[in-house]
Amino acid sequence: MELAQFCASSRIVIVAGKGGVGKTTVVATLATMAARSGLSVLVVEVEGKSGLSAALGLPPLAYEEVEARPGLRLRALSADDALLEYLDQKGLQRISGRLVRSGTLDVVATAVPGMRDILLLGKVKQLEQSDSAPDLIVLDAPAAGHAVTFLTSARGLQDAVRMGPVRHQADEVVEMLSDPARCQVLLVTLPEETPVNEVTETAFALEDRVGLALGPVVVNQCLPARWNGSPHAVADATLAQERLPAQDAVALDLATAFVGARRAIQDEQITRLAARLPLPRIRLPFVNEEIGPDAIETLADTFAAQVAAMRPPS
Amino acid sequence: MSATAASAAADLGGLVETSHVLVCCGTGGVGKTTTAAALAVEGARRGRRVVVITIDPARRLADTLGLAGAGDHVVDRRLWDPESVAPETGRLTALMLDTSETFDGLVARYAKSEEQRDRILANRFYRNLAGALSGTQEYMAMERLHELHETGDHDLIVVDTPPSRHALDFLDAPQRLIRLLDNRVFRVMMAPARGAMRIATAALHTFVRQVGRVVGTGVVDDIISFFRAFDGMEEGFRARADAVRTLLAEDSTAFVLVTSPRRDSIDEAIYFAEQIATHGLTIDGLVANRVHPEFADPTDGPRLRARAAELRATGDTGEPDADAARRRLADRYETVADLADLAARERTVLAEVAAHMGTRAVYVPFLDHDVHDLRALHEVGRHLVG
Repeated sequence: MELAQFCASSRIVIVAGKGGVGKTTVVATLATMAARSGLSVLVVEVEGKSGLSAALGLPPLAYEEVEARPGLRLRALSADDALLEYLDQKGLQRISGRLVRSGTLDVVATAVPGMRDILLLGKVKQLEQSDSAPDLIVLDAPAAGHAVTFLTSARGLQDAVRMGPVRHQADEVVEMLSDPARCQVLLVTLPEETPVNEVTETAFALEDRVGLALGPVVVNQCLPARWNGSPHAVADATLAQERLPAQDAVALDLATAFVGARRAIQDEQITRLAARLPLPRIRLPFVNEEIGPDAIETLADTFAAQVAAMRPPS
Repeated sequence: MSATAASAAADLGGLVETSHVLVCCGTGGVGKTTTAAALAVEGARRGRRVVVITIDPARRLADTLGLAGAGDHVVDRRLWDPESVAPETGRLTALMLDTSETFDGLVARYAKSEEQRDRILANRFYRNLAGALSGTQEYMAMERLHELHETGDHDLIVVDTPPSRHALDFLDAPQRLIRLLDNRVFRVMMAPARGAMRIATAALHTFVRQVGRVVGTGVVDDIISFFRAFDGMEEGFRARADAVRTLLAEDSTAFVLVTSPRRDSIDEAIYFAEQIATHGLTIDGLVANRVHPEFADPTDGPRLRARAAELRATGDTGEPDADAARRRLADRYETVADLADLAARERTVLAEVAAHMGTRAVYVPFLDHDVHDLRALHEVGRHLVG
């Protein structure tokens, strides 16, 4: 499949996954890959402190956009900022200050669960629809199960609120989320039992409850194929007529046994994932260094190579 | 494992033996729930009556602890003490936090009448509040902790904290909720307008009407009727939140911070330790979870990698079996080199956090199997308490 075609298959990609699976790394990788394919990309971070800016070699993000490289811009969004902007647009700026100062915003947000999420997604929708909209928006979603709450909040709000501008906003957000040409979700997981269970549950919840289109599942931190347990090091050293210090022999055998066991778990869990979730899979390797711009470039190469091998949707 | 790590590990053993409350905290995905469960098992094995409150355990761990149903569950002794070596007094109880149920219990406790209780429980705003994922969950975890403390049935209460966006939410949540319940706007709305207050009240009515225009009047009506129903109960809630804070500040309460040996996680841990200090509390134990084992000296990475390159450089010698064996040997050298580099990196960040916090982390190694059953939990526990 053509890389540009893959990256442009929807205007928004929401990256979601449980804490610790490397969601932020995947956001940076996908955005870098899309920018390299020639698209203009905007990354939107909604939680703060995610390490996204560090991965791309930038200082912490703010509400203002910053450019990481040509065609790749980033910004942070907060629900409170989105609300104030929204009220301003509706000519209600007089009450917005008071809402925040008096703590009434917290009361209202509790009364309307998901209101903050709707406003954030509403802001993303506005970015998508604006005249200066980028080709692709990559949204770094809150960690799952918050992700399911985050993305299903608009549906929930439709039940709770019958009319008014917030209801209208929810309707538009649902419309955006359920249109596969506009929006899809890229789920991130690890090749371990619990993350595989969770990603499966998240996938079904998002598809059933919101009608979200699901892109490939990214299986992160896969061990390289080389790391497997083969016959004893001493036997191979003898066969190859190579010297092997005794201390190395022990270390080699213990390390390959350890990695072999982890790989067995990995293979078993990827097989389970494939059986439970009929979605294409992208495998990203375990990165043996601090995640920074160099690592992201390498991961983007790996990701792109697998996209090239994918069959285009018929 | 180094001698320093072993001596730090003895501290967690001490905490399990002497504390009354153990709070496991840290950001999501670092293994808080597993750590909490493993510490609870160790406490029971030392003869203490232990209860562990879990928040959102992975399914197999929940099955292991018998958490399928609601309520408390006394874990079969043979599971956590298969060799029958633990003192007779030991007991392990596990429970999963039910946020709504705990909140309902709190309302029932402070309601002045059954009628008031029912009115609150039926209110739509209240149901949203009780069902909210963030904030309420943290608050209720602390509330449940206090309830268990009050029963006097447990020597040690181990509490897992919710996977919050901010690790300190469990400390701040009670105050935040009370601020919410104290909201002046809606309290004034309820009061009958009189005298000089009338103008202020009228202004508030205008304000609330505008809010209603944004979110819908039905929502605002729900809020107002909630505050009406709740009237008079906020004192009880405030006293309760104070009691929870007092319990957390007791000397017999210990905080165990769980982290993974990765840069981002360590930065969060350092930030967390600084923040908790501003609450006048201290971290009593630091756990680094899933630390890769050392198969070679971590500083030996470059030599091992050079040896792998040397073996690969030999190329084909015309003897296929020997060449294949040499390639496998090179693969293995690279594997050990990678793991040595990884171990070196992990130890660097762990040394940083140790220097910062003045306490060394207890290392739980990355095991070659997943942790789901009590045998694996006990294995983790042995690493925790030495």
